[in-house]
Amino acid sequence: MILDEFSPSRTRRTLTAGGRTLRALRLDGPLTGVLALIICIGVLVVYSASGQNLRMVEHQIGNILVAVAALVLLARFSTPQYLRLFSPLAYVVGILLLIVVDLSGHVGKGAQRWLDLGFIRFQPSEIMKLAVPMLCAWYMHERPLPPRFKDLVVMAVFIAIPTALVVVQPDLGTALLIAASGLIVMLLAGLQVPIILLSLPVLALAAWGGWHFVHEYQRERILTFLNPQSDRLGAGYHIIQSQIAIGSGGVFGKGYMRGSQAQLDFLPESSTDFIFAVIGEEFGLLGQLLVLTLYAFVIGRGLYLAMQAQDTFSRLTGGAIALGFFVYVFVNSGMVSGIVPVVGVPLPLISYGGSSMVTIMAGFGILMSLHSHRKLVGS
Amino acid sequence: MVGRVRIKDHWGERRIFTFRSLVAGVIVALLLATVAGRLFFLQVLRYDYYSELSQGNRVRIEPIPPSRGLILDRDGLILADNMPAFQLEVERDQAGGMRQLDASLERLVKIGLLDAEDLPRIKRTILSHRPYESVPIKLELTDREMAMFAVHRFEFSGFDVHTRLSRHYPFGPLAVHALGYVAAISARDLAHIDPAIYAGTTLIGKLGVERAYESVLHGKPGFREVLVNAAGRPVSKEGSYRPTLKVQPPVAGSDLILSLDMRVQRAAENALQGLRGAVVAIDPSNGNIVALASSPAFDPNEFARGLTDQEYAALVHDPDTPLINRALAGAYPPGSTAKPYYALAALHYGVMTPDQRIFCPGYFRLPGSRHLYHCWKHRGHGEISMRRAIAQSCDVYFYTVANKLGIDRMHHFLSEFGFGKATGIDIPGERPGLMPSPGWKRRAFKNRANEVWFPGETLIVGIGQGYMLATPLQLAHAVATIAARGREFKPRLVIGIRPPGSRRVIGLPPKPEPGIRGVTPDQWNVVYEGMEQAARPGGTAARMAAGAPYQIAAKTGTAQVFSLGKNQKYNARTIKARLRDNALFISFAPADDPKLAVAVMVENATGEGGTVAGPIARKVLDAYLLPAKPAAPAKTSVTVKGP
Repeated sequence: MILDEFSPSRTRRTLTAGGRTLRALRLDGPLTGVLALIICIGVLVVYSASGQNLRMVEHQIGNILVAVAALVLLARFSTPQYLRLFSPLAYVVGILLLIVVDLSGHVGKGAQRWLDLGFIRFQPSEIMKLAVPMLCAWYMHERPLPPRFKDLVVMAVFIAIPTALVVVQPDLGTALLIAASGLIVMLLAGLQVPIILLSLPVLALAAWGGWHFVHEYQRERILTFLNPQSDRLGAGYHIIQSQIAIGSGGVFGKGYMRGSQAQLDFLPESSTDFIFAVIGEEFGLLGQLLVLTLYAFVIGRGLYLAMQAQDTFSRLTGGAIALGFFVYVFVNSGMVSGIVPVVGVPLPLISYGGSSMVTIMAGFGILMSLHSHRKLVGS
Repeated sequence: MVGRVRIKDHWGERRIFTFRSLVAGVIVALLLATVAGRLFFLQVLRYDYYSELSQGNRVRIEPIPPSRGLILDRDGLILADNMPAFQLEVERDQAGGMRQLDASLERLVKIGLLDAEDLPRIKRTILSHRPYESVPIKLELTDREMAMFAVHRFEFSGFDVHTRLSRHYPFGPLAVHALGYVAAISARDLAHIDPAIYAGTTLIGKLGVERAYESVLHGKPGFREVLVNAAGRPVSKEGSYRPTLKVQPPVAGSDLILSLDMRVQRAAENALQGLRGAVVAIDPSNGNIVALASSPAFDPNEFARGLTDQEYAALVHDPDTPLINRALAGAYPPGSTAKPYYALAALHYGVMTPDQRIFCPGYFRLPGSRHLYHCWKHRGHGEISMRRAIAQSCDVYFYTVANKLGIDRMHHFLSEFGFGKATGIDIPGERPGLMPSPGWKRRAFKNRANEVWFPGETLIVGIGQGYMLATPLQLAHAVATIAARGREFKPRLVIGIRPPGSRRVIGLPPKPEPGIRGVTPDQWNVVYEGMEQAARPGGTAARMAAGAPYQIAAKTGTAQVFSLGKNQKYNARTIKARLRDNALFISFAPADDPKLAVAVMVENATGEGGTVAGPIARKVLDAYLLPAKPAAPAKTSVTVKGP
C-alpha cells in the first residue's frame, strides 16, 4: 500500500514557510494549530483566574515551553518502532519510580506523588498515563485481534498494577485516567461485545453492592482517603460555587476578568481544577461551547490520525491517546458542571500546572510521530 | 505451544479498529453533548437563580453608625458630645503569625502601652475575631501613648491606631446622675433593642437622660454595600471591574436641651463635696429640674472609654456607693420636713385652726397610755400655734395634729403631694418611697401580730419618721408644689429637642398634674408664713438664711438613720459614723414669688438639718437667684454637632 503524503511532489500546491516547518518537524498542521489555540486560551484564562498574577502566567508559559519541546522532540525524532520497543522499558521504569514514590515519596499537597530529582520535580504517575496504553498496544501488536481471554487477563494485570500504586498515593483522578487509557486500548483492540455487555452489569452491581454494603461514615472515609484534598463538605462547597460561577455567566458571560466568583475567590481552585467554571463565568455558554468544540476537534483529529496508522501498535497507542484526552475533558467539565463526582482531574492544556500539560503534549507528539513516520509498505 | 496459530489479518484488524474508533467517536460526541446540555441548563434555564446567588456572594452590607445627639444645658452649654478617640487595633492576619504577634504584644508592654496582666485577656479577644478583622486592644490612647506608638510603629506589623467617635462629657462627673452615661452594649441591652438600629454602634445609654432618651439621641444608622471576597475581607475591586455600590448615609440623633443650669448644678455639687447626700432644685412654675446632684459622683467618661473589671469593681464596692443616684433611688425618712404638709392637712380637714394653741411640755402622751413621745426640745415649747410650730419644728404640736387627723387622712393628703409614689421624672431609676397606711401594713407584713396599725405609729409618721420614706426628688417635688400653691408639675430634665441639622429647638411643654385642690389661699398663707418664720431669727433655719437678699421659706429636718442599700456589710470601723442622723432641708425662694424649690439631704450628717443641709440649700438658691459673678467663665453656646 502506498500512502506517501510526504514525498516531494511537483503536483501539490506550493507549501508555505509554515507548512514546510510543520513538515520538517513531522507535525500535523490542523492538530498543532488547534492545540496552540487551546493553549493560548488557557494562558489568558489563567491570567484572569489567578487574580492577574503575572508570576503564575510566566510559570505556566515555562510549563508550555517544556511541553512543546516534548511534543516536537517526540514527533520529530521518535519512530513507531523505537516507541514500541521502548514501551516495556518505560513501563518497568515507571512502576519502579511509582514504588519509590509510594515508599518514600516527597510530600506535595499532602499526597505522595512527586519525585524530586533536584533540578526537576515530576509525578511518575504521569509516565504511566502513556506507558500503560503503550504496553498494552505493544502486547497486542504481536497478537492477532480481537484479543483472546488470556490476552485480556494479561492486559488487565498491566493496567491494575500502576493503577493500584497510584490509588494508594492516593490520587484517584490520575488512577482513573491511567485505568481508562488501558481499558481504551482493550476496547479499541476489539474486546468482544458480549464481554463488554456482560462486564457492564457485573461491574455496576459490584460497585453498587460494595457501596451500599458499607456504612455511611465508612463511605465518607473511603472518599476522603481516595481524595483527601476535597473532603465531602469541601467538595460540596466547590461544586456549589462552581455551578454559581457557570450559571451566573449566562450566555455571553460577565466579561474577561469580571467574573466575581473567580475574582473574589469564591470559586476554589479557580486556576487549576475548576478553571472551566471561570471560562463559563467570564465567557458564558458561548465561551464554554467554543472550548468544547476545540476539544472535540482535537479528539476527532487524533482518532483520524490513529486510524491512518499502519500497524496495530500505532493505531492502538494513537487511539488511546486521543480518547484518553477525551476522558480528561469529560471528567473535568462534567465535574465542574456537576454531573460527575469531584475527582482531581485538570482541564487539559488550560488548567495551571506542568505535569499533565507535558504528558498530554508528549502524547500528541507520539501521536503525530506515529502518523508521520509511516513506511511505504505495511509491516 | 498448543492450539492453532492465528494469523494476523491486517485488513481485518484495521477494520476492527476503524469501526471501534467510529463508535468511540459517536460516544465522545454524545457525552460532550451531555456536558453542553448541562451547561445550557445552568447558564440559560437557571441563569436568574445563579445570578442572584453570585450577587449575594460578593456584596456585603455594612452599617454606618449614626452620630449620637448632643446634650445641652438650658443655656446651650454642651454636657455630652462626641469626640474622636484613638484606639490601638490589631489585624491578626497582618501581624505575621502567632509568634510574632506574641512578641509584638510583649514589646507593647515594654513601652508601656499595655499591662502585662491584661495580655491573656487581649490574646483571647484577638483570637475570638476573624483573622482579617481589626480588633481594638486599647481604647482611648493618650497623646503620650500615641506618640510612643508612632515612634515604634515600624516594629509592630498589623498594629495600627484607628479613630472612632466616643462619648465625651466635658464637665466630667458634674451632673452625672442626671445625664447618666453610655457604655458598651451588654447582652441585657441586646434583649430589648432592635439589632438593625444598633448595627455598627458600640455604645448605648445606661442611665439618666442618656438611657431615657436613648431612642431620640441614637439616630438611624446608614449602610454601605461593600465588595467582599470569599474570606469576607473587603476588597476595592474585582479583577478590572469596579461595580457601583449603594451608600445610604446615617441620620444623626437629635440633640436634647436640659432644664439644668450648670451654675446651680456646680454650686450644688461643690456644696456636697465630701458628703454623702443629694440636692434637687426644681422650678415650681413648670417642674423643670434646675439641679440634680448626688454625692459622691463618678466620671462618666470612664464608662464611655470602657472600664476594666478592676475599675468597675472598685466603683461597685465603694462603701460610699457613688453609682447610686441618691436623689432618685435613695429613700430616707423625711423627718420634720413632712410637717408643713401635715399642717396643711390639719387646716384642710379642719382639725386645727391656725391660731389654735397647743401646750408643749416636752412630751406627748396618748390618752390611756403611759408611753411618752418626746419633743426634740426636752424643756418643751410651751404654748404654741401652727406658724410657730412649723418655724420651731415642735414635735408635740404635730403629734397632736397626727392624733387628730388619723393615719388614713394623713396618708390620703400626703399622697396628693406625691409621697409614696414615683414622681414620674423623665429618667429611670426612681424609687417610690413609702407613705404608710394600715392597708399597706396589712399587705407588707406576714406576721399577724405586726399587721395591726398601732396609734403610736400614727404619731411617729406625724413627724416624718417610722415607716415613712421619701426620696430627695419627692421632697423637692412636694415643696415645689407648696411653692406653687398647689399647682403641680411632673419633674423633668428634658425641655427641648433639636432635630439633627436644625437650629430650631422644639420645646416640650411642662406636664401639669392634678395638683392640690380644696386648700384655700389663707391656708396656704399660714404654711408659707410658718416656713418664712423658720428662716428668720428664732427659726430652725435662721442661720442659713442670714444675710440673704431675698426671703426664704424653709423647713429643716433631722431623721434617724435608715441605712441605704440592703447589701451593705457590717463594718465596725464605719458603723458609728453611719448611725448618725440624716440632715434634711426643704426650701423655696423668694417666698413672695417662688422661683426655685430646693431639697437637700445629707446622710449621717455631723449636725442637724438647719446647720448642715441648710447652708447647701442657700448656696443653690444664691447661685440661681443672684446675678452671676463677673469672674465666672463665659458660657459658649455651641450649636454645631460633632467634632
